[in-house]
Amino acid sequence: MLTREQASDIFDRLKKYSTADEVEVYFYGGHSALTRFANNVIHQNVAEQNYGVSVRTAFGGRTARASTNKLDDESLKRVVAASESLAKVQRPDSDLLPVPTTQERDAANLYKTNAPSRHFAETAAITPEDRAAGVKKIVDAADRHKLTTAGIFSSSESVEGIFNSRGLADWHTQTSAEISITMLAEDSSGWQKANSPDVRNLDPVVLADVAVRKATESASPREVSTGKYTVVLEPAAVLDIVGFMFWDFGGQALLDERSFLNNRVGGQLFGENINIHDEAAHRLQSGAPFDGEGMRRQRVPLVEKGIVKSVVYARGTAAKMKKSELASKAGPIAPTGHGFLLPNEMGEMPVNIVFGEPANPQSVDQMIASTDRGVLVTRLWYIREVDPYEKILTGMTRDGTFLIENGRLAGGLRNFRFNESLIHMLSNVDAMGVPVRASGEESFDMVVPAMKVRDFNFTEVTKF
Amino acid sequence: MKDVLSWALDLATQKGASYVDARVVDDRSRSLATKNGKVGHASDAESLGIGIRVIADGAWGFAAADDLSRRGVEAAAARAFAIAKASAQVKRENIKLAPERRVTADWTTPFQIDPFTISIEQNLDLLLKIDAELRSVAGVTLAETSMNFRREEQWFASSEGSSIHQTKYSTGTGYAAYAFASTEIMKRSYPNSFGGQWQNKGYELIAELKLLENARRVGEEAVALHKADQCPEGVNTIVLDSSQLGLQIHESVGHPIELDRVLGMEANFAGTSFLTLDKLRNLRYGSDLVNVVADARQEHGPGLGTFGFDDEGVPAQCTPIITNGQFMGYLSSRETAHTIGESRSGGTLRAEGWNRLPMIRMTNISILPGENPLTLDQLISDTSDGIYMETNKSWSIDDKRYNFQFGCEIGWEIKNGKRTRMLKNPSYSGITTEFWNSMDAICSRDQWTLWGTPNCGKGQPQQIMGTGHGAAPARFRKIKVGSAYKGA
Repeated sequence: MLTREQASDIFDRLKKYSTADEVEVYFYGGHSALTRFANNVIHQNVAEQNYGVSVRTAFGGRTARASTNKLDDESLKRVVAASESLAKVQRPDSDLLPVPTTQERDAANLYKTNAPSRHFAETAAITPEDRAAGVKKIVDAADRHKLTTAGIFSSSESVEGIFNSRGLADWHTQTSAEISITMLAEDSSGWQKANSPDVRNLDPVVLADVAVRKATESASPREVSTGKYTVVLEPAAVLDIVGFMFWDFGGQALLDERSFLNNRVGGQLFGENINIHDEAAHRLQSGAPFDGEGMRRQRVPLVEKGIVKSVVYARGTAAKMKKSELASKAGPIAPTGHGFLLPNEMGEMPVNIVFGEPANPQSVDQMIASTDRGVLVTRLWYIREVDPYEKILTGMTRDGTFLIENGRLAGGLRNFRFNESLIHMLSNVDAMGVPVRASGEESFDMVVPAMKVRDFNFTEVTKF
Repeated sequence: MKDVLSWALDLATQKGASYVDARVVDDRSRSLATKNGKVGHASDAESLGIGIRVIADGAWGFAAADDLSRRGVEAAAARAFAIAKASAQVKRENIKLAPERRVTADWTTPFQIDPFTISIEQNLDLLLKIDAELRSVAGVTLAETSMNFRREEQWFASSEGSSIHQTKYSTGTGYAAYAFASTEIMKRSYPNSFGGQWQNKGYELIAELKLLENARRVGEEAVALHKADQCPEGVNTIVLDSSQLGLQIHESVGHPIELDRVLGMEANFAGTSFLTLDKLRNLRYGSDLVNVVADARQEHGPGLGTFGFDDEGVPAQCTPIITNGQFMGYLSSRETAHTIGESRSGGTLRAEGWNRLPMIRMTNISILPGENPLTLDQLISDTSDGIYMETNKSWSIDDKRYNFQFGCEIGWEIKNGKRTRMLKNPSYSGITTEFWNSMDAICSRDQWTLWGTPNCGKGQPQQIMGTGHGAAPARFRKIKVGSAYKGA
């Protein structure tokens, strides 16, 4: 692994090679491996090692970035020169701030809670044989039930670091392990996925058993008519659909008037039972505690009792918003440590989403039991935005869609297409579970609950 | 680089691998963007490394490393070998590769102007002029432009004796105008949405696209959409522009013909396919007018799926996919060709970079133009009642590639052969084979464009790949329209 000391030495050399007013270097990389299985065999099995530097130089309001994974002296000189030549030809931007100092970072760090360690030796030490053994347990479960399985077992150890010429430096190491399982039957399927920095939190047998149950119990799916249904969305389904709104919870999105929160911050947008915040230090979250400029990620209340309270800000965006005519409609304005690497057009985004625990959490089984007629959704797929301001999204159900009748699962259903507004959906939540760390395919991992939602809009049904 | 490749091949072979191939890739890219009169970002990136693919004990292993020293390469080769041995712990049959001729070759994307020789000032100046033109239209609230260049040099060698040096160039550019008012955000893009037009060619693409000349119209259309009527819901005739038809091909032909999907190898993530093996040469995919090919050859044009050789050393080919409406072929690789009775790979295995395993990817999946002269204007004149839709806004399709829904940025009602009132939020939905069987007209070669889709995601870990899609405007009958807003 690239160490902080090695990175510091590389940064000193990069700084020496540069003639810019300011230099900021982002370090990235690590090693990762992924064992992939399908048709009950391992069919792809890969490993990668890669480290790189991304150099941002600035000359009086002009800035640009160049990156390389070649860390010899000649390549480091070349990457600095590339960054400088891109920066020098630009027109000065009066909104570009100097790189932050350690003092500025610490003064803005109001949330002093440190994240728990996210590096586990057990995860870092996983071998190809360990992953194959885990896959074998999953395949055995499939074989026992005469099913076909496909999925992954992956592991990684990674670093992220940032150094700038005004003395700020930070470093983060992390491990991650992930298992995703699909079980395929003749006319049905089931799915489960989980990840954690600590591989000891993942049990392939437990995940496989749930996927098996979903595949077998959804066999011979029925077609029911389209329309508005009460749905019970498992956490992965909630994650994948709500993830489409968090790009809009940034100050730059408001300034660009591309956010569905324009003219809506401070107003009642969702049901009173919806509470959402962003918290990098949360015990179920992952990732580095600093942003693309090295500012510490703050705990930011995004939605309280259905009211949009605040959005997140990079340093530069906060400064622009304070001068903007939109400032009075943007909620609290301060750098929150959510900026992307500069320069960029998108500004910032909350990436450590945590939903608040409801007053009376219900299990998925309890939600089903209280539903006369509805649909249980395991997973959603191919979600895309239809209408950016009303936040209408379309997508499909997948890998375990069940009819609920009289408080019980009444067999599998052919998959639906939905066209549903997120505003509408989060205004119609009748029950929620205890938020858990969930993992899907359409959005980044979050801490979200299962939800029971009324009047969810299914507009088409497919052939399987 | 031959030494580097031989270190990998020799080490894995000595350990007992039955097959080895290795790719060294030196990747260079430049990305420029503006937003509302300022440079959004200006960045260069380069990446160099080796990816080594090994068969041992009848199973695959792959390892990639950024360290091209002899020690680093041999360590990566040993890792790939060890991984293959681990794969063999959970296997049923040995991997078998379709035979392929040994080849020594050098191939480069044909281009007129190396995009990296054009000054950054010239590029930013053009983008900022477009940006200014877009924002000169009252009501445009956000203008975004971008320009991207890539040069990917690859050295490939295999234990079967092939040695291929290949250099690919690609250029992409486009822009969008947004208009926010009241409770709607409207958008128009040019020449296509989600990054514009991309092709495997040099800087000459920038001049060909007449970017600045179209900017004012694009801005005006974004604003005009606020006053347009909502696209009505119902069943109607639709005419699609060539860029939207290109994406329709990508999603409802290109993906379902990927043989790895068909065989269940992508079931956990990208999904499977409704095109089970029994349907080969036994399914009416579309109407008689539907002719689709998978063509990676240079003579097909400068698509993002054009190359000399794929990433396991198989020469570029043209494979008939749909002929006169009949389903005729899949995208295959050396590992999968035998499952469809082919003795040779279709040459479609590609990797995002040195650090990714090559997998079956679309090449240029193109619908052939109509044989009789037919312009878009003539097609609309020939349509008594319908909706013309242009430029993709949203796309979604199920995991077997059967039920789809597309939204477009803009539409116009067609009445009595005339394009009449503008329609906002046009969308259509359907079932893949029903849709293609409803096509009753397609424009001719002069209306045909080879579009680039630069952002096709597939695989675990996910790989992003560029694909090409040639298409001409076409007409479809009895299509469900407007269901995206049904019940909203």
